[in-house]
Amino acid sequence: MSHAAAETLLSVRNLCTYFGSEDGVVKAVDGVSFDLAQGETLGIVGESGSGKSVTSLSLLRLVNEPPGKIVRGEVVFQGQDILSLPLEAVRHIRGKRISMIFQDPMTSLNPFMRISTQLAELTRLHLRHTKREAHEHAVRMLETVGIPDARRRADDYPHEFSGGMRQRVMIAMALSCQPELLIADEPTTALDVTIQAQILELIRSLKIQTGLSVILITHDLGVVAGMTDRVVVMYAGKVFEQAPTHELFARPANPYTKALLRSMPDPEAAGGALYQIPGLPPDVARLPAGCPFAPRCERAEDVCRSEFPPFVQLTREHFSLCHFAAEIYSRPDTPDA
Amino acid sequence: MNTPDALDKRPGASPSPLSVAAGEPLVAVRDLEVYFDSGGGSAWDKFTGNSGNRGVVRAVDGVSFEIKTGETLGLVGESGCGKSTLGRALLRLTPHTGGQVYFRGRELAHLSSQELRRTRRHMQMIFQDPYASLNPRMTVGQIVSEPLETFGLAHGRERAERVSELLETVGLSARHVKRYPREFSGGQRQRIGIARALAANPEFVVADEPISALDVSIQAQIMNLLERLRRERSLTYLFISHDLRAIRHLSDRIAVMYLGKLVELGAAASVYGDPLMPYTKALISAVPFPDPARESARRRIVLAGDVPSPLDPPPGCRFHTRCPYAVAACREVVPALAEIKPAHFAACIRISPDQPEIEQVEGDAAPGLKNPEQVAAS
Repeated sequence: MSHAAAETLLSVRNLCTYFGSEDGVVKAVDGVSFDLAQGETLGIVGESGSGKSVTSLSLLRLVNEPPGKIVRGEVVFQGQDILSLPLEAVRHIRGKRISMIFQDPMTSLNPFMRISTQLAELTRLHLRHTKREAHEHAVRMLETVGIPDARRRADDYPHEFSGGMRQRVMIAMALSCQPELLIADEPTTALDVTIQAQILELIRSLKIQTGLSVILITHDLGVVAGMTDRVVVMYAGKVFEQAPTHELFARPANPYTKALLRSMPDPEAAGGALYQIPGLPPDVARLPAGCPFAPRCERAEDVCRSEFPPFVQLTREHFSLCHFAAEIYSRPDTPDA
Repeated sequence: MNTPDALDKRPGASPSPLSVAAGEPLVAVRDLEVYFDSGGGSAWDKFTGNSGNRGVVRAVDGVSFEIKTGETLGLVGESGCGKSTLGRALLRLTPHTGGQVYFRGRELAHLSSQELRRTRRHMQMIFQDPYASLNPRMTVGQIVSEPLETFGLAHGRERAERVSELLETVGLSARHVKRYPREFSGGQRQRIGIARALAANPEFVVADEPISALDVSIQAQIMNLLERLRRERSLTYLFISHDLRAIRHLSDRIAVMYLGKLVELGAAASVYGDPLMPYTKALISAVPFPDPARESARRRIVLAGDVPSPLDPPPGCRFHTRCPYAVAACREVVPALAEIKPAHFAACIRISPDQPEIEQVEGDAAPGLKNPEQVAAS
């Protein structure tokens, strides 16, 4: 899928979100840039501590301050830089034009409020619905996301829904003001695999029907492969690789991406030892000099341990943060990262 | 590992009165039932009118299988299907309410408490959550040496040497003995848990979701470690996971559980490559695959509805409320696990050895295609 002609909806430039801690400044997100085209699904993939969730929270200025602080960067949404808007203006964007869903729906739903009330609150605020309009709209939204018997269930409380159904309710809430962008942070990680399939199918069909743009944050490369048009791979607060999805999987140009893909068990070729990435994910408070992945990288040379790598552009849409990006890209079949 | 341990009687070591011949089942389970009282019947519940969830949870309901010496049996299923309860019942960490569990041919329920204690040494467990399953007030050395102490396997300097060896076996350093669990990452903590499970030189290890809480780049490390330990120490595993990719990779055979019942059992390649029971088919088709070309080409079976409550499981085949192939009889007949293909068992009345493929039912005759509440109402 090419989005060459599509308009840019969101443009993130050099985003830096740091946290103060006892160990000094933690650069949770450090110079992240990417674009999102209208109607596109962008995957942000990474392990814990990679900065993928802090990135998504920063887009809507939801980072707790202190200890966190967005120290610089731009998040340009439809021509407006969210980071320099007054907070009041950001509130009009949140939940209305850009909405978010999280891994655990229970943390975002108020346990003491009926589902319909929570849904209605949003549209009464953002769309100036009357009480009756808002209730009708809530029921329609619950039907849209596949809640059986939605009219009756609308007045239930969150605990009366199963995990999968709660995530549907969250999606109904997120979409109730017809946003232009949905940010989904590990939306299916807490769910069983058959329920995950339902939720991913729902997001897919909603996208087709509404032209919604989606940022999908996940640790699961399988979910990325099936859901996204383009991928940003994060490690230690940095973008390590960025490419169209099919190209990232077919021809990864970064040793970290390559290693991650190689370490996944292939169900069709069983047995044998898996490739394993040595060492541990880095402590972002104590990053080594040079490339943060160098201590775990098979391809690393002296330069990797002393100099921070360049962000190399390989094609119009493919970038890799590595001293040897061009070499790795030009020889896709060598197994050594 | 070459410690002079008089009690070290692993298979392949010296013959022991309890040892079994190769190929014999090390663990056998017959009609195992684990029922829990879900409460709701106490005086307080009556007083407060809480009758909503009174009843019995049939967490494991009539399950039979065997695990051969040296084999890894993968047990897969979704949350609430009873797979963890089953794993715990095999080690008698959760008492069963019916059926039998045999270890090396002897029924666990018939062992005296002293015999059970001796047998337990040979059966250990690795837990999912490496944060909750290690005592934060104990050092790594204390954690790993505890089983040695409990079973009286090594003392003094010998015990310290054993602990160092164990830590190195699982990829940690002997320098770590004086550190506390909080000083380690998730993957390292899981290694500590594995070292503890191995301390008593068990034959049989139940690994309950050992990689689920770990980062992607660490999962391969732990899977390789488990596989290496199995080879080096002739271990037999019950590997419990909801992750079919991991199950397929590590297991010789796969057992699939749904709402307390075993619904499919067979060689890993056979179950993964040629699933028979509709639930297994759906489960395998739902696993996201890290390959965009395959992802866009594959036909996904998206099941309707949620897993029903184990408190009130559907009658007949427990999967019929979500099954795209269900017919009226599926609501009444409880399907038995039958050998459909050689050594490949499935519980489904719609398939037989002569007809392993299910014929599609016409129109909307399958209740699973509609939502369960409509079926109940019709």
